[in-house]
Amino acid sequence: MPAAVYGLNGRELADGRILVNIGPQHPSTHGVLQVIVELEGETVISAEPELGYLHRCFEKICEGWSYPQIIPLTDRLDYISAIFNEWVYCRAVESLMGLEIPERAEYLRVIMAELNRIGSHLIAVGTFGMDLGATTPFTWVFRVREDLLNIFELVTGARQMYNYLRIGGVKQDIPEEFPTLIEQFFAVLEEFLVNYETLLVKNPIFVARSKMVGVLTAEVGLAYAATGPFLRASGPRLDLRVSEPYSVYDRFKFEVPTGTNGDCYDRTVVRLAEMRESMKIIRQALAQMPAGEIRAKTPKVLKVPAGEVYTAVESPRGEVGVYLVSDGGTSPYRLKWRSPSFVNLSTLPELVKGTKLADFIAILGSIDIILGEVDR
Amino acid sequence: MVEQLVWAAIKFAAVLGFMSFNAIFLVWLERKVAGFIQYRYGPMVTGKPHGWLQTIADAVKLLAKEDIIPALADRKIFILAPLVMIVPTFLLHIVIPFGPNLIVKDMEMGVLYFFAVSGFTTLAVVMAGWASNNKYSLLGAIRAIAQLIGYELPLIISVAAVVLLAGSMSTQEIVQSQASWPYVILQPIGFLVFFIAALAELNRVPFDLLEAESELVAGYNTEYSGMRWAFFFLAEYGNLAVMSAMIVTLFLGGWQGPILPPLVWFLLKIYLVAFVIIWFRWTFPRVRPDQLSKLGWKYLLPASLVNLALTSLYVVFI
Repeated sequence: MPAAVYGLNGRELADGRILVNIGPQHPSTHGVLQVIVELEGETVISAEPELGYLHRCFEKICEGWSYPQIIPLTDRLDYISAIFNEWVYCRAVESLMGLEIPERAEYLRVIMAELNRIGSHLIAVGTFGMDLGATTPFTWVFRVREDLLNIFELVTGARQMYNYLRIGGVKQDIPEEFPTLIEQFFAVLEEFLVNYETLLVKNPIFVARSKMVGVLTAEVGLAYAATGPFLRASGPRLDLRVSEPYSVYDRFKFEVPTGTNGDCYDRTVVRLAEMRESMKIIRQALAQMPAGEIRAKTPKVLKVPAGEVYTAVESPRGEVGVYLVSDGGTSPYRLKWRSPSFVNLSTLPELVKGTKLADFIAILGSIDIILGEVDR
Repeated sequence: MVEQLVWAAIKFAAVLGFMSFNAIFLVWLERKVAGFIQYRYGPMVTGKPHGWLQTIADAVKLLAKEDIIPALADRKIFILAPLVMIVPTFLLHIVIPFGPNLIVKDMEMGVLYFFAVSGFTTLAVVMAGWASNNKYSLLGAIRAIAQLIGYELPLIISVAAVVLLAGSMSTQEIVQSQASWPYVILQPIGFLVFFIAALAELNRVPFDLLEAESELVAGYNTEYSGMRWAFFFLAEYGNLAVMSAMIVTLFLGGWQGPILPPLVWFLLKIYLVAFVIIWFRWTFPRVRPDQLSKLGWKYLLPASLVNLALTSLYVVFI
């Protein structure tokens, strides 16, 4: 007699069901995520994400490093939108120190962050097409992102791990030709958005594959503390840039796009709309930006007064937060990272119950997780 | 006797040559078309111009690769599956009319033979999926069985309407009966149904469910590598060419056309159809298995039945 086969949580696997390890080596787990899925035919009975394949002890390492040293390390968390990690960390340190940031630096932060948001959403919509079997949007996305990365390289010197923000400001000012380059990039982006909508969003197969698939109700989303476009697609108009305007966000006019159904389709549409809003913000910021210093004066050896603080910014994936405890020394006593990907991913078992395997891949893609941030 | 054997050998070599040429040319075409659609070049380095030697280089690489059979696989079936895939592809070429006299064997039951033999593909997929002892392969095989009837029925019923109009099942006679009008004009519904069902039969996007990369890694051929995998690959592109040839024969007037010689017309039409199928692959997302079954049973089958009924009335009364 063959030995009993065990499924999730040590339950014996019912007859006719199979347990499939999707990942950590699989074409569409967006990194090294492992999801253990119990299948009956093609139907997903239950799914359980297994984390830890990319754990790098980020929070513990921070406790031994000096405050400025940690900035490049934060780039490695959400590596698709690195500026936001640097920003939220710098804000935490600055608010403990009570540092005044020069206005020009704040504008530069907003501009670079919104550019980064566009880059991140580009990847999100491109890989989502890939998950549905449409390979072409994926390469189109990288063609557009190339122009964006060239701009980033010009300003920060790096294409992905920017290390651009400093405690008290930014590393360097933008070059003179920056506004022209931005307008050139926006023209390319506008064309891409229209093309992407024609190719994919209006395609009946795409609509059939994503409408009412993986529906996240607003209640479930809020109960799990989901944030970002993932939650906004379900209806709640929650965006830290509007609800708790930090930096200079209260000076810009922009919409917070929301969806109604909370399905994969709405998530894609919301992300596309957010790219257009980011363009608006960048145009306004470039017009308003004052001249002046780009960095506040900070001591050579940075000591942060004892205390604790929680700061958060709205990253492309949701609320990325830092809880920082200082004992007055040169490195943090404790640093806790709230990563939106991790929180959003925890809704996965709820979303995929009873769907087909193909939908499971679509839903996982539509959450838009970055494993570097989930595992830290 | 000797003469017959020599002729058989020549025909065998011709079909094999055509199949290999198609595999090499269509893979190259697919990659170049994909590159063109996706803002990139595709193969450029191996063979100038435009990397035309790339597929040959790939084939040599595949020949040289280690032959891996998973420890827990069902060895006999695992080894047999690629052959079950490729032999029918070869046999399908027999009834394709390349010109007025250019056909391996003009059978009276040509069309029936074609669709009977093409049914072997599913058997090979199931064998490969089961014997691999891999869950993704198994899921690919399950999908193959689940969707089979959904598209095979409309496929064959839409052909039946063409057979009714032509009054023959011989492929050569079907081509000759399109001398005035190709059947794509007389049978628009039949053509659409046949084309969509043929995409499903070929496992091409948007119906490439058996090897859906983002879901099933590589589907039924996940565990295959080296030459055995190359057989699946060769069969896939051989089937693409031969199914395009069947579409041309049944609906687009076969080798008929003005000025140019028949063989040239036939090849031009084949590669035009193949190009459209390749174009689809790089433009559309993939449907879900249950959506394909729904499409087959709820839309394609009724449409093909109505088409058959209308054609019968036309043949009987007019």
